[in-house]
Amino acid sequence: MKKIILNTILYTSAIILLLSSCSKEIEGRTDNVAALNPINPDENAGTWKTILLTAPNEIIVPAPAATNTPDYVAQINEIKSCQYNLSREDKEIVKYWSAGAVFRWNEILRELVAKHNLPPYQNADGTYPIPSATNPLAYPLFPFANPPYAARAYAYVSAAQYDALVAAWYYKKQYNRPSPYQVDTTLNVLIPKSPLSSYPSEDATIAGVCAEMLKLLFPGDQDFIQQKIEEHKRARIVSGANVRSDIDAGEALGKAVALKFVARARGDRAGAAVGTPTIWAQLETDAITRGETPWISLESPKRPPMLPLYGNVKPFLFDSLTKVSLLPPPPPSTNSPQMQTELAEVLDNVKHPTREKTAIVHYWADGVGTSTPPGHWNAIAAEDFISKSFSEVRWARNLALLNMSLMDAGIVCWYTKYYYFNPRPTQLNPEIKTLTGVPNFPAYISGHSTFSAAAATVLSHIIPEKAAAYDAMAKEASMSRLYGGIHYRSDCEVGLVVGKNVANYAVQRAQIDGAE
Amino acid sequence: MNSYKLKHGITLFVMLFLLNNITKAQTDLDAIMMEKNRFCVGPSYMNNSWKNYWEGTLKRDNANLGTVSTQSYAIMGNYGVTDNLNVLFSVPYVSTKASAGTLKGNKGLQDLSVFVKYLAMEKDLGKGTFSLYAIGGASVPLTNYDADYLPLSIGLKSKTASLRALVDYQVNSFFATASATYVLRSNIKIDRNSYYTDHMIYSNEVEMPNASNINVRAGYRSERLIAEAVFNQWNTLGGFDITRNNMPFPSNEMNATTIGAKVKYVLFTKHEFAVEGGADFTISGRNMGQANNYHGGLLYVFELKSKHSNEKSKEATK
Repeated sequence: MKKIILNTILYTSAIILLLSSCSKEIEGRTDNVAALNPINPDENAGTWKTILLTAPNEIIVPAPAATNTPDYVAQINEIKSCQYNLSREDKEIVKYWSAGAVFRWNEILRELVAKHNLPPYQNADGTYPIPSATNPLAYPLFPFANPPYAARAYAYVSAAQYDALVAAWYYKKQYNRPSPYQVDTTLNVLIPKSPLSSYPSEDATIAGVCAEMLKLLFPGDQDFIQQKIEEHKRARIVSGANVRSDIDAGEALGKAVALKFVARARGDRAGAAVGTPTIWAQLETDAITRGETPWISLESPKRPPMLPLYGNVKPFLFDSLTKVSLLPPPPPSTNSPQMQTELAEVLDNVKHPTREKTAIVHYWADGVGTSTPPGHWNAIAAEDFISKSFSEVRWARNLALLNMSLMDAGIVCWYTKYYYFNPRPTQLNPEIKTLTGVPNFPAYISGHSTFSAAAATVLSHIIPEKAAAYDAMAKEASMSRLYGGIHYRSDCEVGLVVGKNVANYAVQRAQIDGAE
Repeated sequence: MNSYKLKHGITLFVMLFLLNNITKAQTDLDAIMMEKNRFCVGPSYMNNSWKNYWEGTLKRDNANLGTVSTQSYAIMGNYGVTDNLNVLFSVPYVSTKASAGTLKGNKGLQDLSVFVKYLAMEKDLGKGTFSLYAIGGASVPLTNYDADYLPLSIGLKSKTASLRALVDYQVNSFFATASATYVLRSNIKIDRNSYYTDHMIYSNEVEMPNASNINVRAGYRSERLIAEAVFNQWNTLGGFDITRNNMPFPSNEMNATTIGAKVKYVLFTKHEFAVEGGADFTISGRNMGQANNYHGGLLYVFELKSKHSNEKSKEATK
């Protein structure tokens, strides 16, 4: 008997030791994505309609050197010498970046947003510090990448990548310099071969765009971003996809195009979106004058409302008069029986939440420390685009349509929120305990609903066979805010309508941009 | 002689509750065995609360949480398979609450814990008795609760397996016990399908670092009364820090050092009915609350088989 027990203990310890040495590392869904091999190279994308560029050749890309020059031969030899001693790290970066340049930079951007989506901690006197772009590494770190900030960041990066790639495609066709593996057929190629000219490199164009855009958007993360840029460019040379002059020309093009977008961003009024104490007080007074209960922060100490002037930011898809026309009718008055009914419904939802509904709340919460709802929709889009094997330029075009919609949806949503300045359910009935954090801005209309309907509308246009699924996701995301106790039904339902209205402008653009 | 008496003693049941409701039935941390065929069972109550917590290594409070409190109602049992081999279990029902802010607390059945405790060696040494125990444990969540709702989730949802070595030395009525534990923790699934730790992960699975525990206790131990001081050190072996003003996450590095005291008194020796109670205080930590923990319980011991058959089986093993 004793022997059996002793043996059992010995075996148990052996198993535990064995298990403890086991790897528990998680494989992410996109860690091992296959190399992008576009079904359609979109040869004529150089004619697609640009966003800020007045013409695809607005930025001049010089003619490349001929492939029989000693300089070009030296560049081919650079590839060969890199491949001669291929390290494990090199193989890893080739594998990582070959999944797609637009895709990987979209992931990197989502990661930066998640890292920075943290509300600043209060000062000792109960006020809150405001992050400063000129001193990004001092607390509070710049930026606070909340949903409006994130939506704008995704839009600028995607739109700039799109314009830059249209230009790159224009020059590919114009100069038509062959790829290194077409020039030297003995070259070992580690990625799927493209029928298109390799000059200028589309990958380097994207990296160049990101280099400039992210200096503006994430100025405190330059070491991380520069490391990614270097890896990306090296991956293209090591893999035999590009010679160095392809890379240099692409990077220069990307940077030049991005600077146009940086200039637009500096003047789009986002810098003033925080508002001032006078403006914050005025919003409250105005709501009282209208006979409504004004929104009050539920945080302790009370935090100023999030980006009250974000509704004045310059949209991508329409002008500011159109924005005003997209304003929905007012929410039920805070004194109305309708509001009492909706409030009762919220309370009912949080009183006895089912596990299934709680899971929905948390799946879509995308709160503090996440890539935000726009980031979540970028992830949904990206994972679907992977299966479509789009060309890089089509990837960029589709993400630009998605993210311009999300940014503009955010603008109209924020404009609405501060136009009506409507309180959250818990403010009107403190008995309502929420299943997720209460966002620090007015309720009407729901940001999640507006963002989700906008995304679902654009994605349904791009991948029509999934329209019903996108619609169901948007509705679930919308209702998750009611289940969680942080929105009334009106906020959610009207948010879905407004989001769709905004995204229709992107669909109209998609129909005439030359890509369909 | 003394240790023989102790085997008649009733096992202690105490919950050690840390920020995230890492439960430990304390019987698996002491040097007391149930005799063969005897079964000890009883309810316990635990109240754990904290106002300050460590965000990484920075100690702070949070006006949007106020005081976070956790209450646990558990049934625990200990059965003597043989005089040297006990099987223990506990099943807690847990509810959480924040005194400020808007977040709703959670409640529900948490994890079933089972321990197998083996008295590997017992010998007279100097003036006292030295004993050595090996204790294997396992726990599984009993319900599909949400672990990714810290600090108000009812638990971390990891399945665990643990192995502990425990030594005890007793001279007359004074004793000291020390143990070291290695805890394997399985990965968990959360409701989200991506999350950020110190990098982005596109999965609903979370890698949970393993953990270790050191427990030292000493005091007075007789047939009717046990009074002891307790030191405990819980460390996760890996994990990451909560960043500034962020929310906690299940795979944070969670460490806590607690000190406390515990008393158990046998009211009626005839039926072996006892009461116990105690308190623990967190003196240092990382990514956890600075918790005060109070607990109390009732214990009742009875024979599971008749004395007759018990005697018989004892004869048979001789």
